[in-house]
Amino acid sequence: MYDALRELYEDLILDHNRNPRNYPIKPEGTNHSAHGFNSLCGDEFHVHLKIADGRIEDIGFEGAGCAISTASSSLMTEAVKGMKVEDAKTLFTHVHEILTEEQVRDDKQDLLGKLSVLIGVKEYPLRVKCATLIWHTLHAAINKEQGIISTDD
Amino acid sequence: MAEQQSIKVEPEFDVAQVRAQFPSLNQQVYDHPLVYLDSGASAQKPDVVIDAISNYYRNDHANVHRGVHKLAERATDAFEGARERIASFINAESPREIIFVRGATEGINLVAQSWGQQNLKSGDEVMITEMEHHANIVPWQFICQQKNAVLKVIPMNDRGELLMDSFRDLLSAKTRMVAVTHISNALGTVNPVKEIVSLAHHVGAKVLIDGAQAAPHSKIDIDEIGCDFYAFSGHKVYGPTGIGVLWGREELLAKMPPYQGGGEMIRRVTFEKSDFASPPYRFEAGTPNIAGAVGLGVAIDWLDGLGLGNVSTHEAALLEYATSKAKETPGMRIIGTAENKAGILSFELEGIHPHDLGTIFDRQGVAIRAGHHCAMPVMQHFSVPATVRASFGVYNTLEDIDALFRGVARAQELFG
Repeated sequence: MYDALRELYEDLILDHNRNPRNYPIKPEGTNHSAHGFNSLCGDEFHVHLKIADGRIEDIGFEGAGCAISTASSSLMTEAVKGMKVEDAKTLFTHVHEILTEEQVRDDKQDLLGKLSVLIGVKEYPLRVKCATLIWHTLHAAINKEQGIISTDD
Repeated sequence: MAEQQSIKVEPEFDVAQVRAQFPSLNQQVYDHPLVYLDSGASAQKPDVVIDAISNYYRNDHANVHRGVHKLAERATDAFEGARERIASFINAESPREIIFVRGATEGINLVAQSWGQQNLKSGDEVMITEMEHHANIVPWQFICQQKNAVLKVIPMNDRGELLMDSFRDLLSAKTRMVAVTHISNALGTVNPVKEIVSLAHHVGAKVLIDGAQAAPHSKIDIDEIGCDFYAFSGHKVYGPTGIGVLWGREELLAKMPPYQGGGEMIRRVTFEKSDFASPPYRFEAGTPNIAGAVGLGVAIDWLDGLGLGNVSTHEAALLEYATSKAKETPGMRIIGTAENKAGILSFELEGIHPHDLGTIFDRQGVAIRAGHHCAMPVMQHFSVPATVRASFGVYNTLEDIDALFRGVARAQELFG
């Protein structure tokens, strides 16, 4: 039987919610951080990066939120750890597009690999902001943006 | 028995017959019958209210208090008739004490600015409580900053009850205003407003009651409460959005300066000076929400017709049933366990964030609120980012509560 809630709360999401990776960690040598906070729902995270030679050598996050935002955060840190900064920026763009644009080409989805689990959230428009919060926070950390990042305004 | 009945004869209350009057409740959401448990945020509307607004626009609309034509006369009669009905509903001395505002929020802002600008000075104290909605916090922060006055907070215990001893300690000759909610929107606590008023008046302070949550649940008698201002919103008492009531004591309103400038609130205008109209018109600049007022008058008549005693009894039964089920549910923690509580069940569920619960409920047709309920200090007190809140209205049934707890079971199954 088709179960819409299972599409959203897949095992991978639930697993990353229960046991978030790279959490709650601020890696030694952190030189980029950013603060994400959706005030309407209270999801709040800090992302910490150690960037050296154009590469994300280490990453961790702290904070708390719903299952979607927590799992998205955990999956994000796994995906970009060790990645070139430029590649992480490209991945951010892909994830953002896939979660926010109505029509997405299949080959785009293929780029995501494990992250494609996040696509389930598109059936829940009110929850997309939960999944995107950490990605915007990552983007802000890379660019050393000050201030609080939000996806619910 | 016979003696009790002679005090107030309430009509029979039949929830099925009440439900049938709400067209919006008769629908499916994600293939489930809608279960609406979010009346604390906004109540659904009965046919009589929807029809009254529609009829007003179809037949009687014109601007009020001006124009000599027939429609202007009808619109004015309907608008002022609503004011009279509301005055008698809350036992006000006169309709001149009823100011139409957009909602409780605007009513509180009006008092904070108009009364506050005139009466607060540096070092004076305004007192609110730890359980206030942001609408009864932020307007006071504004005026306290403007007048260099001090905002004091009456604390609560872990059941969500005000610490009345702390309140007595905080009160002093510096206290000028005590602004307190009648019923907490996040916790359901019913506050001892009569006692609060009497203590505050003892030191010469004025009292404003935020009645947004109380007005739909119980009989409001401002004369009995003894307060100075009382604000509530139309949309929570089964009336339209964008209309609400600020009641104020006539002798206080008479001395207060206007809140906004414009038409309707003046007597005479020259470029040098304007003379202001008497209350309530002094506080109603611009063309008001006439249809809203008409709808609100009808909503209040309708609610009164059900019998507020019936409404309280019905909602107390729902709360009791929901609370007993909550206590049997593993991992569920009720937030707000005051001795005296109205129809609100706020809770958290171990291991499942309120927003995930909100989504899971929604997919089963159950509408609840997940969030901080515009009461962030309450969330801080209980160290939670948010709660799930089920709030009950006249149309809710025990079956609705069963559906809520089926949603809880489904969430626990999903999250394992």
